[in-house]
Amino acid sequence: MNLQSDDFELFGVPRRFAQERSALDARWKELQREAHPDRHAASGGAAQRQAMQWSVRINEAYQRIKDPMRRAAYLCELHGAPIRAEDNTAMPGDFLMQQMEWREALEEADSLAQVEALEDQVRQARRVALERCADLIDQQQDFAGAARQVRALMFIARFALDIERRLEQLGQ
Amino acid sequence: MALLQISEPGQSPNPHQRRVAVGIDLGTTHSLVAAVRNGVAECLPDGEGRVLLPSVVRYLAGGGRQIGHDATQALHTDARNTIASVKRFMGRGLADIAQAGKLPYDLVGNGTDRGMVSIETVGGVKSPVEVSAEILATLRYRAEDTFNDDLYGAVITVPAYFDDAQRQATKDAAKLAGIHLLRLINEPTAAAIAYGLDNASEGIYAVYDLGGGTFDISILRLTQGVFEVLATGGDSALGGDDYDAALADWVLTQLGLEAHTPADKAAARLAARACKEALTATEMVAFSAMLAGVEVRFDVKRSDFDAATAELTARSLAVVRRTLRDAQLARDEVQGVVMVGGSTRMPQVQRAVAEFFGREPLTNLNPDEVVALGAAIQAHQLAGNNMAGDLLLLDVIPLSLGIETMGGLVERIVARNETIPTAKAQDFTTYKDGQTALAIHVVQGERDLVQDCRSLARFELRGIPPMVAGAARIRVTFTVDADGLLSVDAREQISGVEARIDVKPTYGLSDDQIARMLQEGFATAAQDMQARALVEARVDADRMLIATQSALDADADLLTEDDRAAIDARMEALRILMATASDAAELEAATQALAKDTEPFAAQRMNRGIRQALAGKNVQTL
Repeated sequence: MNLQSDDFELFGVPRRFAQERSALDARWKELQREAHPDRHAASGGAAQRQAMQWSVRINEAYQRIKDPMRRAAYLCELHGAPIRAEDNTAMPGDFLMQQMEWREALEEADSLAQVEALEDQVRQARRVALERCADLIDQQQDFAGAARQVRALMFIARFALDIERRLEQLGQ
Repeated sequence: MALLQISEPGQSPNPHQRRVAVGIDLGTTHSLVAAVRNGVAECLPDGEGRVLLPSVVRYLAGGGRQIGHDATQALHTDARNTIASVKRFMGRGLADIAQAGKLPYDLVGNGTDRGMVSIETVGGVKSPVEVSAEILATLRYRAEDTFNDDLYGAVITVPAYFDDAQRQATKDAAKLAGIHLLRLINEPTAAAIAYGLDNASEGIYAVYDLGGGTFDISILRLTQGVFEVLATGGDSALGGDDYDAALADWVLTQLGLEAHTPADKAAARLAARACKEALTATEMVAFSAMLAGVEVRFDVKRSDFDAATAELTARSLAVVRRTLRDAQLARDEVQGVVMVGGSTRMPQVQRAVAEFFGREPLTNLNPDEVVALGAAIQAHQLAGNNMAGDLLLLDVIPLSLGIETMGGLVERIVARNETIPTAKAQDFTTYKDGQTALAIHVVQGERDLVQDCRSLARFELRGIPPMVAGAARIRVTFTVDADGLLSVDAREQISGVEARIDVKPTYGLSDDQIARMLQEGFATAAQDMQARALVEARVDADRMLIATQSALDADADLLTEDDRAAIDARMEALRILMATASDAAELEAATQALAKDTEPFAAQRMNRGIRQALAGKNVQTL
């Protein structure tokens, strides 16, 4: 294992979508306990630079592997189906309609209850999309299909931010 | 066969190798230094038994200065040359200073509206970095006198919400004061260390830190010696000073008066502060001050004070709310609230925080001392005095970092609350044929427009090989180290050429300015600069030799015989040079050579360590 190992090797977990968050958290701390620059503070410049590189790499891997959407995107990429959200907008067929409905609903919503109802819907859609990702990646090995789900998830994440901003405006 | 000497786990093999390492809380109102002695962290008192050093520096005509208690006497009589609360000016421009007109100083901007603000005094124009360095040097001497030994290094605390420019200014001040900075750590995190280790706590804690000039809130998860910051927020211009100012304004308004001269402004503020402090224990107190030569008296009730400052307390709670949201936690998931900073003594603040969290905050450690104590514990471990210590801080960057793109928009590179150290790479290309330079403007903040964020620096990359427009692929890596400080490096991917980078900090000091201040023999006028450089080079060489030896003791089996022989030879050469060298540069070069030769060894050791960490416990899933 070295700095070029992928996130799953680095964390010593199977290369798949299903992961246990608590195990990742614990492993992250174990690795940082070994690698963090503070653990090598008295060991000279060379060791400091090494520690810095490792510590950065471990944090990078943790940020990616703990977040289900980013983990799915990463697995797609490792299997030759990069997300390329900037020039590929392919999403699951029924999702486009859904997007428009949501946008309209958010524009028209003028009460806290309405926005919160929309928030619940979006949360539910996220859960479903993640379940589909799990199935497409771990069971069917359909990475192109999973990449379309990830693009949908990216839209959902952005839309969730709009909702949050709106909730803030409505004074919550 | 030679027997190996093995020392008790956690015990330093040689007591004489114990290094003097301290924690310094460089505060807005006062500063402290603490150290671990006989296993216990404690604040170090001055010759008269006082632990708190007022963060006040008075400049005298002819180059003299008074620092701390001596200077506070002059706050009334020589307000213009007696600098208090200088922390609020660190890494800030003239336009940033709120209510500059209410301060008794002659503040000067540098250039147009660029650069850190300076203060015109009778002893010359002073940068806030120099003023802070005076305070740091005073604490350094206090520590060296206490232990009768040179200081090995210090952990210095900064508000968690300090941006890059403010952190860099603090680091520069340490350099000017001749202090080897072990680490900058965040004040709430330091407080959590002192609390967590004291009470053997586990779980989620909030640290509410209201100091003299800054407010921080950090949410941490404590597990088995790991202090993981989940989110941090704050306001680097909200503190006890603002409560003083609000009260002074309120009283003057009631009296229909206004303060015009530096002396009157200072007098009104000092009277307000005295009033504030008295109101912690009593319900009513008299505000009394000499304004324009007339004695003014006015009775202030605690409820008046609460009302005059309610907006400030509410501001802090709005930040707490936002930070909890960033941590994705509800209020009732917080198991304990720690109060830090002298301003949390105000009853209205304690009441507001208790109401917000639905639980009484913890106040069993002295809120003035707790930050320095935590820093001392961290310094003790970083200096290698506590090999068995398993303390680990995983802190975050408080504000997002981004770069300016077309149309004055910000492209986010590192998001706030990301664990540090962290690095992000971004690819750029050229706009014109044959373009060999590229400018990158780095800003910090959460807003979408460059003009609404803080400008940190402009990085100019030069030496890009000429190519047609759009052909070059310049990978720029933004690295935020464990001090929370940004560095940038760049490489053209196709040619592999490393770009040269010129950094123009927006509110910082340039390397030249720091060199000049050092030249001027700042804070150490009596010391010969060259002699000092040699001493420092010796300390560095010694540090490198000890580190290399302990690496060899642990993992020499990783080396081939040739590699080992090469390292041994370098070490021997460095040892000889240490005894004989009269030139700092020569000694530094030999230390560097050893560092460079041991680089592959260090890499192998790190790989082994990581592998062992993984092998120790394999995650079992399914």
